[in-house]
Amino acid sequence: MSRRLWHPAVILLLIPLLYPIVWLAFASFKSGSEIVQSLALLPEEWILDNYRALGDDLAGVSAGRFFVNSTIVAASCAIANVASCSLAAYAFARLRFRLRAPLFAFTLATIMLPVHIVTIPQYSLFQRLGMVDTFWPLILPKLLATDAFFIFLMVQFMRTIPRELDEAARLDGCGSIRIFGSVVLPLVRPALVTTAIFTFIWTWNDFFTQLIYLSSPEKLTLPLALRLFIDTTDHNAFGPMLALSALAIVPILLFFAAFQRLLVEGFATSGLKG
Amino acid sequence: MTTVLERPRAKTETRSKPLRRYGERPSIAYLFLSPWVVGAVFLTAGPMVWLLYLSFTEYDLFTAPRWVGMDNYVRMLTVDPHFWNAVGATTKFVVISVPAQLIAALGVAMLINRRSRAQGFYRSAFYAPSLLGASVSVALVWRVIFHDWIGHPDRALLALVLLAVWQFGAPMVIFLAGLQQIPQEYYDAAAVDGAGPWRTFLRITVPMLSPVIFFNLVLDTIRAFQVFTGAYVVSNGTGGPSDATLFYTLYLYEKGFVEFKMGYASAMSWFLLLVIALITALLFRTAKGWVFYSGEES
Repeated sequence: MSRRLWHPAVILLLIPLLYPIVWLAFASFKSGSEIVQSLALLPEEWILDNYRALGDDLAGVSAGRFFVNSTIVAASCAIANVASCSLAAYAFARLRFRLRAPLFAFTLATIMLPVHIVTIPQYSLFQRLGMVDTFWPLILPKLLATDAFFIFLMVQFMRTIPRELDEAARLDGCGSIRIFGSVVLPLVRPALVTTAIFTFIWTWNDFFTQLIYLSSPEKLTLPLALRLFIDTTDHNAFGPMLALSALAIVPILLFFAAFQRLLVEGFATSGLKG
Repeated sequence: MTTVLERPRAKTETRSKPLRRYGERPSIAYLFLSPWVVGAVFLTAGPMVWLLYLSFTEYDLFTAPRWVGMDNYVRMLTVDPHFWNAVGATTKFVVISVPAQLIAALGVAMLINRRSRAQGFYRSAFYAPSLLGASVSVALVWRVIFHDWIGHPDRALLALVLLAVWQFGAPMVIFLAGLQQIPQEYYDAAAVDGAGPWRTFLRITVPMLSPVIFFNLVLDTIRAFQVFTGAYVVSNGTGGPSDATLFYTLYLYEKGFVEFKMGYASAMSWFLLLVIALITALLFRTAKGWVFYSGEES
């Protein structure tokens, strides 16, 4: 394909791909009846009522509460994942212990394990611990390094650090804990940031886990608040529904805009780097 | 995946020996691993054993599980028509959406794989839907845009397939990274030999990329079995019309967390695990015939 045709061809493919997102942005300024009647991009009449309606209570709670809840859950999960996965990854990548090979193999196998397999027994456990309808069942698994994908990502990164650095530090009298904190962690910063942002975005989007654990209105997160709209057949609710949908993806788009290179490359190389 | 995992491990094994000389006890490793160990025991391995036990019981979360032997499995496999509808809908979805997504991903990866300052931007733009696709927001957009389709069984499923294909950016960036590792000399040699684009694709691109194709195929298949949000939102949690979008995970959710038939749902979970393990094993077996690792004599 000639260079002159290349850009138009790629852009022609991108337009339908990004259409649903752009459509959502504009549709949030349309009236409910216009949303149902036409799939046109631009509103015939621009209105702000959909966004104003979000100030009213939904299930007795204001939309701001859902944002706060989603932020608490997603940010806690991101921090917890970075802390626990980096500790585990350091042990797997750098330390010597007898069970390393089998335990690492077990970790890799759990990357492929569907979450739905452990959902029921975990629910039964969290119920016994009195944690259902709190944020703990969402955060605790991250604190305990159950997200094997990120352990793998960090192990891959740590293996690229020259061993001479740790060994030099060791000769200077540093123990593993100091080497981890002042040699390894600073050098794998890109992997830590990638983990934090991916965890934030995936938790922000996660519907299944939040759906089974959270039920009281003041604890609902954004995906669950949006779910409240699904039942409605009232066209007037479509406007606020799309307004909240649009607001809910803004943080993801901002993170993506700021860190796109890191995210795409972190994702691309996770499977390929040797 | 094997290329990825085997090589570096061998390297660390030989190099890590000298560490012992500095006299640190290996138990320090378990200190670093302690959160992971608690998680692996109480949130992964333990639950899987507990799940196996629950699958032989009747359990509603609020009273103690009652042993019923093979009842759940027998009911699931021979009596419950919704179970087989769920298996059918999921199979259809996996079989259509995975190849469609991979073909789109490979096609676009090849299209944007050329030296250009715009490549990074295009790569990000195509990747963006993968970050948004799992959200309830996008599922609601799908519900509105495709509202004429979701009352019709085949078209409702097709709408969900389109939602999956829309997220081809994730395998696409992995393909792109793989394409960039194929040495240019191979293409130059093919051009000298007068091979056309189709022949070059079949004889160079596909074999050289086969480990990446395999990696994406395994991961995408496993991922496709777990799709939940889209089906829940588009069908309003029912899996309708006439069970056409009753994906396995949706039915599992309905049994476990709506009807609180946890024993039955546990049996369903074990069945899913077996099926996924079986399919993965089958894929690995066929891989010997078509996946080519460079450095290996063919």
